[in-house]
Amino acid sequence: MQASAEKALVPPLTPKKRTLKSSSLSIMTTNLLLGLLVPVGLLIAWEIAGTLGYLNPVLLPKPSSIWAELVGMTSSGELARHLGISAWRALLGFLIGGGLGLAAGIWVGFSYKTERLLDPTLQMLRTLPHLAIAPLFILWFGFGETSKLLLIAKGSFFPLYVNTFLGIRSVDSKLFDVGKVLQFSKWQMITRLILPASLPNIFLGIRLSVGVAWLGLVVAEMMGSSSGVGYLINDARSFSLTTVVFVGIIVFAVVGKLSDFVIRLIEARMLRWQDSYKGEGAK
Amino acid sequence: MASELLVIDGLSKTFSAPAGDVIALSNIRLQVRKGEFITIIGPSGCGKSTLLKIVAGLDTRYTGTVLLNGKPIEGPSIEKGFIFQEPRLFPWLTVEKNIAANLSLKNPQVRQRVNELIELVRLQGFEKSYPRELSGGMAQRVSIARALLRNPDVLLLDEPFGALDAFTRTHMQEVLLDIWQRNGTTMLFVTHDLDEAVFLGERVVIMNPRPGHIRSVLPVDLPFPRKRSGTAFQEMRRLVLNEFEKVEEPLYDVGGGI
Repeated sequence: MQASAEKALVPPLTPKKRTLKSSSLSIMTTNLLLGLLVPVGLLIAWEIAGTLGYLNPVLLPKPSSIWAELVGMTSSGELARHLGISAWRALLGFLIGGGLGLAAGIWVGFSYKTERLLDPTLQMLRTLPHLAIAPLFILWFGFGETSKLLLIAKGSFFPLYVNTFLGIRSVDSKLFDVGKVLQFSKWQMITRLILPASLPNIFLGIRLSVGVAWLGLVVAEMMGSSSGVGYLINDARSFSLTTVVFVGIIVFAVVGKLSDFVIRLIEARMLRWQDSYKGEGAK
Repeated sequence: MASELLVIDGLSKTFSAPAGDVIALSNIRLQVRKGEFITIIGPSGCGKSTLLKIVAGLDTRYTGTVLLNGKPIEGPSIEKGFIFQEPRLFPWLTVEKNIAANLSLKNPQVRQRVNELIELVRLQGFEKSYPRELSGGMAQRVSIARALLRNPDVLLLDEPFGALDAFTRTHMQEVLLDIWQRNGTTMLFVTHDLDEAVFLGERVVIMNPRPGHIRSVLPVDLPFPRKRSGTAFQEMRRLVLNEFEKVEEPLYDVGGGI
């Protein structure tokens, strides 16, 4: 009798921990379910409407037939081939454009002279739309990879440029005094103070740049191409293969979301030190 | 002259403003011996912070002589450690990396000194914390350790505990005295708190505004640790206060202590 009473006194420690963990887990699943509610509801309504014959299958095919198309294209390897080419183009274009944007943002951010020299021109170029520039690139470089990469690079240049510049200019000037008192060299001022302080803005620039790179990719591949997801969509449109168009759109959505997720993961790791408002109701 | 660590003579400083020039400092004369603890007290606008910035080398536009170790001050350097009113830590660095700042913790000498300093400012267990996780007093202790790591000839403190609550401030004053007694670092401590000035300083420099000048320098011949409630302390406090009351204009800023 006594022994069992003692037993009853001891155990509660472990279950308590478990409930804590499971409660935070259940919050996560609740959030996930809540987020899925609207899209899943729409999909179900769509499928039912399609099955009942309310929708023209050429204009709006059922989700199940789009899924079948997706599975078919994946298993044939066709999708992977096109996606691989597209991803490579987006990555290369982003690296060129984003890299230059970062460099230009740092350069212009550091020097008021450079700002006055370069910024007005860059701001003018920034407002030029993709579709207005694309014909010129095609005229100059033909339908080859160069014009596509340039178009993507042009798009990803500006978000990184603008945000890097902004980040550098918003570094707390009080920390510069600290750098001076601690005898930071000019190089240390850049690498130990200015760059880490502007990292939040640079990450925002990267995320926007990657998004714009995907946008530029679609424009580039639709203008004239024989491969890539953009081509897939354009080609399917001319044959009224609406399911393939949808597959292309889904692939863009998933890959775009995925690349953003990866960047945010890196961002969260590198900006652990940040102490900022996380929004109402955040844990 | 040779025994003086810091020599200030005939120092004047004028700010040029559109409405006319303002004399911030007028003919300042002060000599500080090595290892001395000097507190500078005065109402706002008396130029005490400007004086400290000039010694730090953060402000080089002045007339007169300012010599550290017999050499004129040409700019900021690690020989003159500076503690700002706010801790001004790098938010992206942990406590130990903030102390090291531009020095590498991979260097065993730096590593060892950082460990010693963390112990000196009583921050063991917080080496890997980020500044956002620290209280105001802890953050200020990190900034003191950061300055001490560079073995400064003089530590310049610009109202370092002004933003702290009364209890933390008293504690920090004791921590600072402890550091001073163990390290022997020369201290130049600016404050507007009468108790703080008398509690810490071996000599209290009293400054008055319009134009900023030194009214008097009072030695505080009380042994450490000082007791605030003691009659000698209270007597000393009254003596310093008297210096202020000789001024015609009322000074609202004096005696903001406990």
